[in-house]
Amino acid sequence: MERLDVLVTYDVNTISEEGKARLARVAKVCKNYGQRVQMSVFECRVTRAQLEEMEAKLLKVIEPDKDSLRIYTLVGGRDKCLRTHGQDRYQDFDDPLVI
Amino acid sequence: MTSELLNTLYIQTQGVYLRLEGDTLRIQHEEVTLRNVPLHHLGGVAAFGNVLISPFLLHRCAEEGLEVSWFTESGRFQGRLAGPVSGNVLLRRAQHRALDNPSSTLYLAGRFVEAKLKNSRLVLQRAVRERGETEALSAALAGHEAALRMLPQARTVDEVRGLEGQAASAYFAAFGDLLLSGEFRFDGRNKRPPRDPVNALLGFIYALLTTQCTAALEGVGLDPQVGFLHALRPGRNALALDLIEEFRAWWGDRLALALINRKQVTSKHFEERPGGAVLLSEEGRKEVIVAFQKRRQETVQHPLFKEQVPIGLLPHIQARLLARYLRGDLPEYPPFIGK
Repeated sequence: MERLDVLVTYDVNTISEEGKARLARVAKVCKNYGQRVQMSVFECRVTRAQLEEMEAKLLKVIEPDKDSLRIYTLVGGRDKCLRTHGQDRYQDFDDPLVI
Repeated sequence: MTSELLNTLYIQTQGVYLRLEGDTLRIQHEEVTLRNVPLHHLGGVAAFGNVLISPFLLHRCAEEGLEVSWFTESGRFQGRLAGPVSGNVLLRRAQHRALDNPSSTLYLAGRFVEAKLKNSRLVLQRAVRERGETEALSAALAGHEAALRMLPQARTVDEVRGLEGQAASAYFAAFGDLLLSGEFRFDGRNKRPPRDPVNALLGFIYALLTTQCTAALEGVGLDPQVGFLHALRPGRNALALDLIEEFRAWWGDRLALALINRKQVTSKHFEERPGGAVLLSEEGRKEVIVAFQKRRQETVQHPLFKEQVPIGLLPHIQARLLARYLRGDLPEYPPFIGK
């Protein structure tokens, strides 16, 4: 099954208590599909089905009139599309995982 | 990426705690989170020694068919998680019937040994090409040729086992000549416990290979305990041991030799235990597992399909071919013979 590297970024309006709860819930959904690379940025390697699933779950959480959600597909994979500088805590889960 | 090729998480640091956190697996060590891995990246978890796994994570793994297996710290297989029985009951019936039929048992045992002999011969031939003949190498090669000639005439599985045994002892008598690094010696195969570094390394790699073969067989719905070359014994994955014969030399031994000869594994990676057992250290295990996983991702041309396939998929391909043979969809079982 083909997998895609996608970048998920969001702004959640956290003026209210509800907003703070939404922010936590958005992060929780993202964590289940990928890894946090910056405060509100996640990178996920997912199948199409997993991407649809994640998007649907996120749409249930956010408030469209207050928050913003962007999902970028890195065509050809992150290796091709990405240049990073400074702190980078990304881990490739396809590399040998030995703890 | 097919699900068979999903990554395996190896936990060999002692005292680590694995737990379920949403849909991710959280790895903790003394309250510190070392890593969070989304479950959809994982095909299995292999835990060596003192590794705790939370009940909820185990439930989830059983539910999703993630292979969880436990080893001793030194790499001896201890057990694995069994979820609900899946696969095709008709296939398992065919497998049992084949075992009850002496001619198909003899046939399959012969094919596994044929592959083992041919793949071992490749390892020996390569050594001769690269650094010339030695007495032990020539004897082992001659032994393999003779066993391969006699194999088609074997009338019982015991005769097949006898031929395999003779060739294996000649092979291991020559194995020391394949080591280029003067650091290690090899004076024959020993296990439980291994008495020297080379045996410790071989035993550890064979244990990793066995889980791959077990998982592959289960993946196609075969019963890994019902083997043909290996006798049935409670708790023994006889069919996995049959299948691994195709890969022992070609995959396992060559990896061990590469690690030693490239000095990726040196005497500092081993520990001697009281009583003379020699085991890989935590650092040594890590080195071996990383090399093993990288090797899984390399590709080779499959001799049957003439296509490039990742080495990690070979056990799955062979398990599928075996299932097709047992079902009667294939007239012959083609074991894996490398180049």
